[in-house]
Amino acid sequence: MAVVITQIFNGISLGSILLLIALGLAITFGLMNVINMAHGEFIMAGAYTTYVVQQAFSQYVPESFFNYYYVAAIPLSFLIGALLGFVLEKTLIRFLYHRPLDSLLATWGVSLILQQVARSIFGAPNVAVTSPAWLDGGIAIAGAVLPYKRLFIIALVTICMISLYLYLDKTAAGRKMRAVTMNRSMASSLGVSTKKVDAAAFAIGSGLAGVAGCALTVLGPIGSTIGTYYIVDAFMIVILGGIGSLIGTVFGALSVGMLGTIAEFWTGASMAKVIVFVAIIAFLQYKPAGLFSARTRSLE
Amino acid sequence: MLAIRSIQAGYDESMVLNDVSIQAEVGKVTAVLGRNGVGKSTLIKTIAGLLKPAAGSVEWMGERIEKKAPELRARSGIAYVPQGREIFPSLTVEENLLLGLEALPKKERKGLPPQIFEWFPVLEEMMHRKGGDLSGGQQQQLAIARAIVGKPKMLLLDEPMEGIQPSIVQLIQDVIVDIASREEMGIILVEHSLDLAFACADYYYILDHGIVVSEGVTDTAHKDVVKQHLVV
Repeated sequence: MAVVITQIFNGISLGSILLLIALGLAITFGLMNVINMAHGEFIMAGAYTTYVVQQAFSQYVPESFFNYYYVAAIPLSFLIGALLGFVLEKTLIRFLYHRPLDSLLATWGVSLILQQVARSIFGAPNVAVTSPAWLDGGIAIAGAVLPYKRLFIIALVTICMISLYLYLDKTAAGRKMRAVTMNRSMASSLGVSTKKVDAAAFAIGSGLAGVAGCALTVLGPIGSTIGTYYIVDAFMIVILGGIGSLIGTVFGALSVGMLGTIAEFWTGASMAKVIVFVAIIAFLQYKPAGLFSARTRSLE
Repeated sequence: MLAIRSIQAGYDESMVLNDVSIQAEVGKVTAVLGRNGVGKSTLIKTIAGLLKPAAGSVEWMGERIEKKAPELRARSGIAYVPQGREIFPSLTVEENLLLGLEALPKKERKGLPPQIFEWFPVLEEMMHRKGGDLSGGQQQQLAIARAIVGKPKMLLLDEPMEGIQPSIVQLIQDVIVDIASREEMGIILVEHSLDLAFACADYYYILDHGIVVSEGVTDTAHKDVVKQHLVV
């Protein structure tokens, strides 16, 4: 019983981290059709932001407050990720809309530059972030221990998802974003500034990657290549979920997380990756549009 | 006034409009007629800004606008209802309508004008339904209402009666006549049905092979003469 609970929990936990990374991609890749290879480096930027905030807290803030560095690091990671995304969109991506291969190559270049910048600033070896004391320990359920760290990440992802949903569904800016996604030329014919919407969407997607990076710091050491480890999985999830569908991304991330964990339990880490990729490819043969594809009565 | 002068436009290498000049006044209905494929929609898209002309000018309220982006044209008072409606299928009727307010300056975006529900009562009943769930006729009413909420000075209607049941054709026709009677908004109506166009319009142009082959005031035009240009 304990093993089953642990595995299910691990699956959800891995799925939730993948979801946070994939949500950002679902916006930039799924909704805007930009293949941004530098998305992984926005994760790295968020992780290093957390590291810097921790260093700053340990030096300049009274020790009793140290444990709250993480509370400051989450919004800062979002802002740094969003700022990087905004700058990348304004200086590079906006010239490459409708040129997928060019944008893939150019953003890959940016990704290498950002990795080298990180190595130059923080050094080549990985750095460790001491997670706050209130995240140590866990809850024991039926013999299995669910660590607070992973529970916290699940809660963080849930909050990010709800915020994103509220932004897209309940605000005027979110409405414009959905309209541009569905029909760019019609939205602009109604007076929507598509350039502003593009920049905002890119910043939000990149900001979410920053938060993902912040979350990853509690699980282990961070380095300049931390993003590349997750980026392929995240692209797979967006495609599996159905391009342009956020709800599909949620199900895609949980499926990949769950399948990956179960496969790893029975086989090994490398074999588990193979099994997940084969399963995704097989599924896409059967349903090329992914889990959720938008269909309506209108002829688009 | 909207004045299109010697426009050449098309897609890639093939020009659809070779030399078209038309004028449309605010407060009047101007019909653009022609058989399928003569470039009526191309002309409307050039005015809306979705297609950049290869040559010629588009002048609106005394200003050249042929190089301006569609959103700037929308904000200057030109509203576009495309052929095929192009409502946002997974947004609700209300959300679709609210997007129409984007053409107004921020201070003036104060809710939807009640007038649109007098013209199209079905939209009020359907407020919270998804646009994609509406029937073709309802979607067409939504597309026109969405364009009107931005209080345009010139409304571009591309075949608004196409593929719609007769009762709604009548309703849309009544709305066009009602808008025209208020003399606050001009309409450019693209239509292939002569009777429908003449029932609404003050002035007409007929396009063929990328040029204007006939034009005149609808009241004094002889339908038989006009029809010659429209038969295949």
